[in-house]
Amino acid sequence: MRNVAIVGAGLAGFSVARRLRELDYTGAITLFGDEGALPYDRPPLSKGSLKASVDASGATLRPSEFFEENQIALRPSEPVLGIDTTARTLQLRGEAFAFDALVLATGATPRALPNAIIRGLHGVHGLRTLADAQRISQAFGTAQHALIVGGGYIGLEVAAAAAERGLRVTLIEAGPRILGRVAGPPTADAIRAAHKRKGVDIREGVGLSALVGTDQVKGAILSDGAHVAADCVIVGIGIDPNVTLAKSAGLATENGILVDPTCQTSQPGIWAAGDCAAFPMADQITRLESVGNAIEMGEVVAANIMGQSRPYAPTAWFWSDQFDLKLQMVGLSPGYDRIVTRPGVNPDAISHWYYAGERLLSVDIINEPKTYIIAKRLIETGKSPPPAQIADQSVNLKVLLKS
Amino acid sequence: MSSNWVLACAANDVDEEDVLGVELNGQKLAVYNTPKGFFATDGICTHEVAQLEDGLVIGTVIECPLHQGRFDVTNGKALSAPVCVDLKTYPTKVEDGDVYIDVPV
Repeated sequence: MRNVAIVGAGLAGFSVARRLRELDYTGAITLFGDEGALPYDRPPLSKGSLKASVDASGATLRPSEFFEENQIALRPSEPVLGIDTTARTLQLRGEAFAFDALVLATGATPRALPNAIIRGLHGVHGLRTLADAQRISQAFGTAQHALIVGGGYIGLEVAAAAAERGLRVTLIEAGPRILGRVAGPPTADAIRAAHKRKGVDIREGVGLSALVGTDQVKGAILSDGAHVAADCVIVGIGIDPNVTLAKSAGLATENGILVDPTCQTSQPGIWAAGDCAAFPMADQITRLESVGNAIEMGEVVAANIMGQSRPYAPTAWFWSDQFDLKLQMVGLSPGYDRIVTRPGVNPDAISHWYYAGERLLSVDIINEPKTYIIAKRLIETGKSPPPAQIADQSVNLKVLLKS
Repeated sequence: MSSNWVLACAANDVDEEDVLGVELNGQKLAVYNTPKGFFATDGICTHEVAQLEDGLVIGTVIECPLHQGRFDVTNGKALSAPVCVDLKTYPTKVEDGDVYIDVPV
């Protein structure tokens, strides 16, 4: 292996490059990005970055010297236009770039509202990139009333940031409740209550019918007929994996770039990692949209480029910061039939443990990192403590880990 | 440089393969009891503000409780993403069942 090309300079692509060097790969690594910046960390974009002016350098994953020292050729403003899987070259704007191994870490794009709803109005934002966060943070400086469309993590984090910037905030969720796809009912209840305390107007089961205004958005008509004022609209209704490049090269795709358990696509020597990759997990094809997935899948791809044939078998983990709530989750809850509540040491802390029968599937933890790290280890090692012990605050979780 | 040994805790305040947070001279530190002995580092993760005393010790590795950064507590080396900055470490000694840390004045 002499020449690894990585398309996408986000966390997944970066993790492949970093881990290849850690594994003593000595050939060339070229990392192609299209945001014109050093690889950076996205989580702060929906959290701290929106609370003040966004510092472009603060979230950089590594300084530029790291790329020089590790001989990672970063081409941050080089969109990749095509892949020739026979010649094994990437089509760039002015050249064909030869590779031995190729990694697609092309990420995802926020879903947009249809134009019939937006009607060409200004003041409507999606959030994915540093540039998006800078635009939103700037808009928060002058706006009075934010409308957040979507009650997932991005929407709720942006709602919290807007409220903390002093805006009046309305959040609408078209599904029956916030966090319907990603957290259990009691966790959603706690998050909803925190937003209410801070004055965020959360409306569930309510969609967006139309935005109103001339040129600049002024308000919105909701699906229940209500009118709300809104001079700044942030749309957080999910992301779609970026599959165009893979698809046009004839790679198998299906809600993501399809990969086998070793993260290889339908073409030998072409791999995929991160938000864009759909992989087999527990008899299903899954995509995980998370930092953990970007890092760990990238690391597995690097190992497999080096010939290790490692299967990717992740434990899903996520976190979200909203107001003074630190929410952490590990595992995936679908299929649960029982929720066990464990009170925290402090009154603002609590955890919810999702079981299918006696088997522990996932845990949502609020304001207790110490519990999270043990829950994660329990799930990683396949341990299912008896629910009665979990519910008993006097039982030391670390003891359960060692049993 | 002269040393400045400060009493941190009793050795049996820290369980085996565990960590305890202490505050010495206004500085948050973490004391580890590992199979290789006692070690001390800064108490806050180098990635984001997280208390390492809430982390999990396995062997001589501490895993940060927020975003799973891992450090070797014997030398402070950052072992895995997302962390990239090593943890500062401090010399320790155990005398008469007490742990002392050499904290710069």
